[in-house]
Amino acid sequence: MANTQAMTTSFKVDLFNAVHAFNATGIPAHTVSTADTFKAALYITTATMNASTTAYSATNEVSGTGYTAGGVTVTFGTAPSSSGTTSFLTPSASITYTTVTLSTSFDAMLLYNSTQSNKAVAVYTFTAQTVAAGTFSLTMPTNDATTGLLRIA
Amino acid sequence: MDESLLEKREGSLDNDNETTTWVEYWLEGELVHRSVHVQLKRAVVSFGETAEF
Repeated sequence: MANTQAMTTSFKVDLFNAVHAFNATGIPAHTVSTADTFKAALYITTATMNASTTAYSATNEVSGTGYTAGGVTVTFGTAPSSSGTTSFLTPSASITYTTVTLSTSFDAMLLYNSTQSNKAVAVYTFTAQTVAAGTFSLTMPTNDATTGLLRIA
Repeated sequence: MDESLLEKREGSLDNDNETTTWVEYWLEGELVHRSVHVQLKRAVVSFGETAEF
């Protein structure tokens, strides 16, 4: 046996579950047993959503018939898990915007926590699209350590 | 609406980031319906590392 330096896999899963608090400042109240609500908002191609994005903003969000500012709620029906040394988490259902008209090209989706001051989680990009009286859906990849939508390796 | 007048157009693209399909319906040269389905391939990955003393 030998000791091996590593960030523990259990900690990586705990990060998804907000188990640890290293600083007393700005820690959300996660003493409740209910999960936060996460949402997905769409952004037009001229937006600048990236790793520096800290929270949801209506600036450069898509707008159009059938689309509600802030986007739609994302369902996380499966608890965070791990395989090997990678933790992962994927929404358990497609993210769907039904019967919308989005005439301005959009190419990004912001996943954010609407319970915790709309704090940003991740930005996903795709080829620019428009929708006319139709449905826009984002189908999730397989929830595993290789393709899960959110992974900590 | 006489659905026989609708022209259906479909398309798709596949790259490292996504597989996307779309369907359009046109009526007399006007786009009246467009739906898009995106299958995301590339997840967001964060790498957790520990520093050495």
